[in-house]
Formats: sequence, C-alpha cells, structure tokens
Amino acid sequence: MKFKAMTAVAALLLSVPAMTLADPDEDALVVNGETEYVTETSAPAHLSDVLDTIYSGWRFREDETQALQMDDFDNPGMVFADLGLDQWNKVEGEAEKSCASCHGTPEESMKGVRAVYPKWNEAAQEVRTLAMQVNDCRETNMKAEPYKYTSTEMTNMEALISIQSRGMPVDVAVDGPVQATWEAGKEIYYTRYGQLELSCANCHEQNYGNMIRADHLSQGQINGFPTYRLKNAKLNQTHDRFRGCIRDTRGHTFEAGSPEFVALELYVASRGNGLSVEGPSVRN
Amino acid sequence: MAEGVKPRVKAPSSAAAGEAVVLKTLISHQMESGQRKNADGTAIPRSIINRFTCEFNGTSVIDIKMEPAISTNPYFEFEAVIPEAGDLKFTWYDDDGSVYEDVKSVAIA
Repeated sequence: MKFKAMTAVAALLLSVPAMTLADPDEDALVVNGETEYVTETSAPAHLSDVLDTIYSGWRFREDETQALQMDDFDNPGMVFADLGLDQWNKVEGEAEKSCASCHGTPEESMKGVRAVYPKWNEAAQEVRTLAMQVNDCRETNMKAEPYKYTSTEMTNMEALISIQSRGMPVDVAVDGPVQATWEAGKEIYYTRYGQLELSCANCHEQNYGNMIRADHLSQGQINGFPTYRLKNAKLNQTHDRFRGCIRDTRGHTFEAGSPEFVALELYVASRGNGLSVEGPSVRN
Repeated sequence: MAEGVKPRVKAPSSAAAGEAVVLKTLISHQMESGQRKNADGTAIPRSIINRFTCEFNGTSVIDIKMEPAISTNPYFEFEAVIPEAGDLKFTWYDDDGSVYEDVKSVAIA
C-alpha cells in the first residue's frame, strides 16, 4: 500500500537499509476508516531480553487478507459474532436465563473483558480463560449445558465478547496469583515438542518474518483471536491454533481447555501486552 | 427450513445526484446444494437462496438468479446510479418460500 512507498522514500533519505521481504510490512490497520489499531509497539518488560518490538500477525499478511479486516462488512468473522448475539439473547437452562438477563447488552457489560483474559478468579482460585468463564456462567448461573470448549457456539460467543474490546490494548497480569501459571506457560513456550523438536520460540521468536515454506511466520500473537482463517472458512479459537501448531511438530498435543493450554494462553497473551485487541481478525 | 438467516446491506446514506454508489450485500444462509448426503445415505434436501433483487424507487437495479453451487453466505457487491432521493429495496427469495427484505434510504447530498 501507499505506506510502503513512503517508507521507501524515508529509507533513502535517512540512508537506513531498505526493508527486506522478510520483515513485517509497514501498513497501518484502520478499521471502518475510523479506528486505528496498535499493530506494533515496544515489547513488554518481561520480553526485554528477547524482543524489542512486538507486531500483530496482521502485519505479516498479504494486502488482500489485510483488507478484509479493515471493513467490518467485509470481515467474514462478523457473521459469526452476529450468531453469538443471538445466543446471548437466548434463554437456556433450568434457571431460565439468557446472558442478557444478568449482563444486559454486550456493549455495556463486556467492554474491556477480552483484553484482560486469561485472568485470576479469586473464588475458584484458578486462572480462567474467557471460554472457562463463559461455561462457568452457563453451568452455575443459567443451569445450562456448558458449550464444548472449541465448539462453534463457544467461538461465536468469544467473538461477540472480543468485539467489545476491539482497539483496547491487551493487558493480562503476569504476576501476583497468576505467576505460577504464567511460569508454567513460559516453560511450555520454550519446550521443544514432537519429532521435529520445535518449540513455539523456534518459529515465533527466533524466526518471525522468515518464510516457513509458503507461510510468512508471525510472532504468534493471539490478540486477534478468535480468528477467521481463509484456509478453513470459520472462526478459530486460540486453543485450536495451539493444537494445530503442536500437531505440525509431529507431536501429541494437549487438549483444548487443558491446564497446559490455559497456561500457554496466559503466557502468549502476555507477550502481546500493548497490542490492540483485534478479534475477530482475518488471517490465512 | 433455513435457520439463522439474516440479510445485511451496506449502502451510503447520501449521494450526489447521478452518482454511482457501491452497494454491498450479504445474507447469512447455509446454501445447502441438495447434492450432499447425510450419514445414512439419504440426500440432504436443497435449501438455497434462489433469487436476489435490488430496486431503486421501484426500478430494477439488479436481478440475479442463483444456483446451488453458490457458497454459504452469498455476498454481492455492485454499483447503482442514484438519480434522486429514494429507497433501495433489497429482496432475497428462499427455496422454502421465505422472502427476506431490507430497505436503505439514500438522500441527495
């Protein structure tokens, strides 16, 4: 896009080496022509040894894919968020309640929620992902059947909740009561899995920007989840993506919703502290 | 009976007289082709949107006959010349007889 041309000019003037193909591009993410999102910022303090700058995965995609996310009408993920709104208003369970019975409209009650999850739940003394919290609410307050962790219903609901925080910076806690879980997640991030003996860090920390066959490796940020992927034409959840990644190392993966993935989600989310919440985003 | 059907339209609220404006439409619909079979081997009946029309103040802008090979959630983007202030009426016709409508008013700026 036009930013590339401007950057090229700036690079010549300042005698800065021109960008290589491998780096994230210089496009700016402006949604609906009004809200500009943070897709590049300085890395959070806990990453200071390994990364200077963190980038949203949006910056590593082709212009055509990027464009889909710049207009809500073109964003295929929005259809699923609309379905989530129908679920929000649907009365289910023995308590004969819907989400709306207690929480009103998502616009008023869910603002900023996505940005801080996974987070510590004091009553349950555990770290909870958004999906765990949704299911706890369904079981305890609605007396309804929980959603399957990576089901369409759960993903639709996550998309609906994520929209209310779009543009706000990711801000998950890394210390205090969550610290033990966060450390466990970090351990998983740097552990090599599978026959290919690859850790998350091998690709997403040491080689982001490079090509892994035909794929342009991003930093593996999860600020855009749930993500509409062109490859399977549906919304994908964080844990599904983790599972796909570990499977590609030819390893046995953890289950979606397992304590290991909850810890990993917390750790990976914390690596994106400062980037804008983008969910539902569009990737390939 | 198709479920979760919801029409969506993006149209400008105002335009200059004689200006061609871009209209984007999408209807969430399963678009079941009728070719697929379920687990016990019986064919899943066809259920698609078979026609889509757009009218401006009663004048046809576009009239599309749709076929079973069209994917889920059909999306159409086209242009219309707006000669005067008025209403754009979008209509989708379902195989099951349902008709879904949306109307967008366009003012002359």
